[in-house]
Amino acid sequence: MPSVIVSVILAVQEFYVLTGRALRNVFREPHYTDDIILQMDSIGVGSLLIVILTGFFSGAVMTLQLARALARWGQQGQVGTAVSLTLVRELGPALTALMVAGRNSSGMASEIGSMKVTEQIDAMRALGTDPIQKLVTPRLIATCVVLPLLTVIADFVGMFGGYVVAVLLVDLNGRRYWTTVWQALGWDDFAQGLLKPFVFAFVVALVGCYYGLRATGGTQGVGRATTQAVVLASVLIFVLTFFLTRIFTSQLVSSS
Amino acid sequence: MPSNGAKSILRFEHVHVSFDGVPALEDLSFEVCEGEARIILGAAASGKTVLLKTALGLVRPDSGSVYLFGENITRLTEHQLFDIRSRIGMLFQEGALFDSLTIEENVAYPLMNQKAIHCPAGEVAGRVKEALHFVELDQTLARFPSELSGGMRRRAAIARAVVSEPPLLLYDSPTAGLDPITAHTIVALIIKERDVSDTTTLIVTHRYQDGNLVANFRYNPDNGQLVPARGNGHQPQQRTKFMVLREGKLLFEGTQAELEASGDPYISKFRRQTGG
Ligand SMILES: Nc1ncnc2c1ncn2[C@@H]1O[C@H](COP(=O)(O)OP(=O)(O)OP(=O)(O)O)[C@@H](O)[C@H]1O
Ligand SMILES: [Mg+2]
Repeated sequence: MPSVIVSVILAVQEFYVLTGRALRNVFREPHYTDDIILQMDSIGVGSLLIVILTGFFSGAVMTLQLARALARWGQQGQVGTAVSLTLVRELGPALTALMVAGRNSSGMASEIGSMKVTEQIDAMRALGTDPIQKLVTPRLIATCVVLPLLTVIADFVGMFGGYVVAVLLVDLNGRRYWTTVWQALGWDDFAQGLLKPFVFAFVVALVGCYYGLRATGGTQGVGRATTQAVVLASVLIFVLTFFLTRIFTSQLVSSS
Repeated sequence: MPSNGAKSILRFEHVHVSFDGVPALEDLSFEVCEGEARIILGAAASGKTVLLKTALGLVRPDSGSVYLFGENITRLTEHQLFDIRSRIGMLFQEGALFDSLTIEENVAYPLMNQKAIHCPAGEVAGRVKEALHFVELDQTLARFPSELSGGMRRRAAIARAVVSEPPLLLYDSPTAGLDPITAHTIVALIIKERDVSDTTTLIVTHRYQDGNLVANFRYNPDNGQLVPARGNGHQPQQRTKFMVLREGKLLFEGTQAELEASGDPYISKFRRQTGG
């Protein structure tokens, strides 16, 4: 068998083992609460600004495009519906996760990677600490809590961006915009909009930690780990978006 | 294996270790008994670090067994290993101090995180101070590792290794990358720890003179100096053994006299570094 395939299979297996151990530690003493809070701060507060900016402008640009497109069918009034559905179902979760992956998957990979290549991970193990429990589990928990919250913020800011454009540039009625925004949303949209970031949180945290933990070869190795983490996390987010959406849409079709 | 009744502290039995199919240790067997100092010489990439990590259970052998304090650790889980590891102090090659923690927190780490060490919270600060005093770094408690010089970092890492008073100490290249004077201070600390606390010691080094010092000098508690150990009842030379690794294989094991008598060119290469 080609060695590439073997190493991919081994890597996937390693990734599953890491996931399993990180999850098991969630229910196991000791809990590093301080580390969880520290990570929440770094991921949540640290990413807030870029999430707000990307959220605002994606809502704004969508409104610009959709207003023009919908005008052709005389449906310009429905711009709020389209913006809100796209944001809550797809763009909010995906864009937020991408931003956080770029900031935090890379941060985790380089932080843990440099601990790995300077033998700090070995020192931890030698001194009675499970590095997965101390480093991976807090990052996983923090991301799982914070990413859905950030996504909700991005959704709202995006709707607001759409509102600003709708009123100022497209000359729509602001109240009507908000009415269409709210009316468009059903429970399954919220479910979808919150489940996705939860799944992406696993990708962001575990991919970052995974590459950090297997970094070898000095500072160069850390750089490599960082890049690989961002690339894989981003690609996985896109791929998973597709499959999750597929699951949700097929459910709708079968239930109706 | 030499058995003069002393307790076996560390034993390797036909240990093989490889990474991605490339062997790092091959059929390695040796035994270190209580009170012994073992100098491990070897060229770069000869497997010295891997040997120490295997002894700690950080690296798992592909085959063969490792015994620590008489217990076979080869099949223990990571959590079972924590107990045994708390009886071993390790100085990593680059120190491996946690760079997000201060020196004080670094040295306190073994006391606070090793469950088998029952150190009351009230005593931690005192023992940390003591350990830092031992390595003559009293003024650095609140500083971070990145704010210290290389030699100071090495000493802080030694403090972390000895703070829990483990009966077995592993030093990975304690003098590498240091100027001769600092290197001498570090070896003096290692000898001091050995003689004050009666620890069993493994020292990995490129420098033969480190081994020479350990074998022939002892710490004099009266004036805090190293003094030649010959005569007056102290015989560290007989407690010191040398080992030479080449490409993961044990090439030589014996006393300093045997090492100096050896005609093997790889071995005499190390001997020549003494310059005398
Ligand atoms: N985690 C690892 N993954 C892959 N290969 C490794 C790993 N650790 C060590 N090796 C390989 O094992 C061999 C022995 O390495 P080791 O670190 O023990 O050398 P060393 O004797 O300590 O050298 P130095 O004096 O330079 O520290 C080297 O060829 C190294 O590349
Ligand atoms: Mg080494």
